[in-house]
Amino acid sequence: MNRLRFSKNFLYVPLVFMAIFYLIPLYVMLVTSFKSFAEVDLKTMWNLPAGIHFDNFIEAYSKLAPSLWNSFAMVIPAAVLSSMLGSLNGYIFAKWKFRGADLIFPLILFGMFIPYQSILIPLVQFMNAVGIKGLVGLTLTHIIYGIPITTLTFRNYYASLPQELLEAAKIDGADLLKIYRHILLPISIPSFVVVLIWQFTSAWNDFLFAVVLTGNKDWPITVALNNMAGSQIIAWNVQMAGSLLTALPPLLVYILAGRYFLRGLLAGSLKG
Amino acid sequence: MRKFFADKDRVLSVVLVLPSILAVLIFIYGFIGWTVRVSLSKWKGLNPDYTWNGLTNYINLFSDPRFAVDVRNTVIFTSVFVVGTILLGFFLAVLLDQGLKGEGFFRSLFLFPMAISYIVTGVVWRWLMNPATGTRTSGFNLLFSYLHLDFLQNAWHTTPTWGIAAVALAAIWQMSGYTMALYLAGLRAIPHELREAAQIDGASDLQIYRFVILPLLTPVTLSALIILGHMSLKVFDLIIAIAGKQLPLDVPAIYMWQTTFDGLFYGRGAAISILLLISVAVLIIPYIIYTLRTETFK
Repeated sequence: MNRLRFSKNFLYVPLVFMAIFYLIPLYVMLVTSFKSFAEVDLKTMWNLPAGIHFDNFIEAYSKLAPSLWNSFAMVIPAAVLSSMLGSLNGYIFAKWKFRGADLIFPLILFGMFIPYQSILIPLVQFMNAVGIKGLVGLTLTHIIYGIPITTLTFRNYYASLPQELLEAAKIDGADLLKIYRHILLPISIPSFVVVLIWQFTSAWNDFLFAVVLTGNKDWPITVALNNMAGSQIIAWNVQMAGSLLTALPPLLVYILAGRYFLRGLLAGSLKG
Repeated sequence: MRKFFADKDRVLSVVLVLPSILAVLIFIYGFIGWTVRVSLSKWKGLNPDYTWNGLTNYINLFSDPRFAVDVRNTVIFTSVFVVGTILLGFFLAVLLDQGLKGEGFFRSLFLFPMAISYIVTGVVWRWLMNPATGTRTSGFNLLFSYLHLDFLQNAWHTTPTWGIAAVALAAIWQMSGYTMALYLAGLRAIPHELREAAQIDGASDLQIYRFVILPLLTPVTLSALIILGHMSLKVFDLIIAIAGKQLPLDVPAIYMWQTTFDGLFYGRGAAISILLLISVAVLIIPYIIYTLRTETFK
């Protein structure tokens, strides 16, 4: 028994070692961000800051602020609308299988795996032709290409509910919409949280759609950060603070609701 | 009376999903068709030009040295990334499955990079993998020198030919928590009686993993292979953030983006993207069919 306990405690060695590996980039981001400009030097990048200074954050924020708000303005409606759409679709694909539903569903699923490069040229042409520019176009894009994953997550949840639940309501005279509103919607909150978080994170972190669909003025923060990092003028310490600023909203969501985040993650591999 | 409602609802159900189905049909399948058409055209320049060009854009890619670099990089990246992520994820899952205290804490820690944008990962790793030498040494190389591990110092992503493998390291950092979560879910689904039975039969811990657990986890490994494999074919933002558009680290996704939107060579860009799509489809379509077929609920 004692030997077993000793060997189990021994497992903390690789565990802590791995923890350090995962924390290194976060550590560098944090210590660099809180250094004063005077302290910043690549040669001392691993040292702790002498005190807490906000020079880097102020500088990064002054560069990234408009993009930060662009990101929020785009991500919130994208997440909310695509979850609502996904919930409705999921309900019908799980409980009201119309003819051909079993054929259409896998076709929809495929959409979440395609490399978006393969629809990028028509997308840009289309958006230009209909005159939907910038953030609105980007929001719309995230809603449309979010349909597969949001539909899948909700469908898997609704499919796990017993059919008797619906039959009983039907006998009581409830129709399709009433069943949805009064029976399914109230118990869908956890799935909504999963999908909202997932859509928030993926739209926030997106780069490809953003870089082709938006210009200077409505760049979301990922594009602005990448451009900041690509320029020779902006010091690496400010880039670190900017990275932290970009990472913070999804990180906070992860810290507050990690369990739901994980479920969205597993849904993304079709393992809802 | 009930029949009437049922019919009305049946129509309504179709009406409600129709917008989404149409959106998918147009924005995914219609657009793919459109891209295929562009790839068969002579379009080069600002204005669309759909003059028929046959397979020329595809054929030219196969003798294009840049595309050869892309294929090589994709193969290196995929191998390092997929193998590294699966091994590391499995290792972490097994460690966390031993019922240690603080398991939840470590699990969250290994997963947090998943929440971060590839752009952030790229910007930070770019400085960690700073290849500068001498008095300007920094990042990992500086850390190695603190730890007296100087022999580990290297040029990271600026290493000729193999530079892309360093980018894969950053990707492993970002994605291994995901495979850990997949394996952990798989391990938790294995009934305890199976391990106990093997233990009673005198199997050692190692034997239990080798002969009982590992075979049961084959479906998890397969999904991880496919999901990670298709991700690495699409890798884009991470490389852009680490290296910009440097030729030695080029991949098809970047070539497509650059030749289309910077070079205005739409025909070639479309051809690259269709090749990318085909390579993803080969992995993903059987996976979707298999998953839907073996689903527990219908």
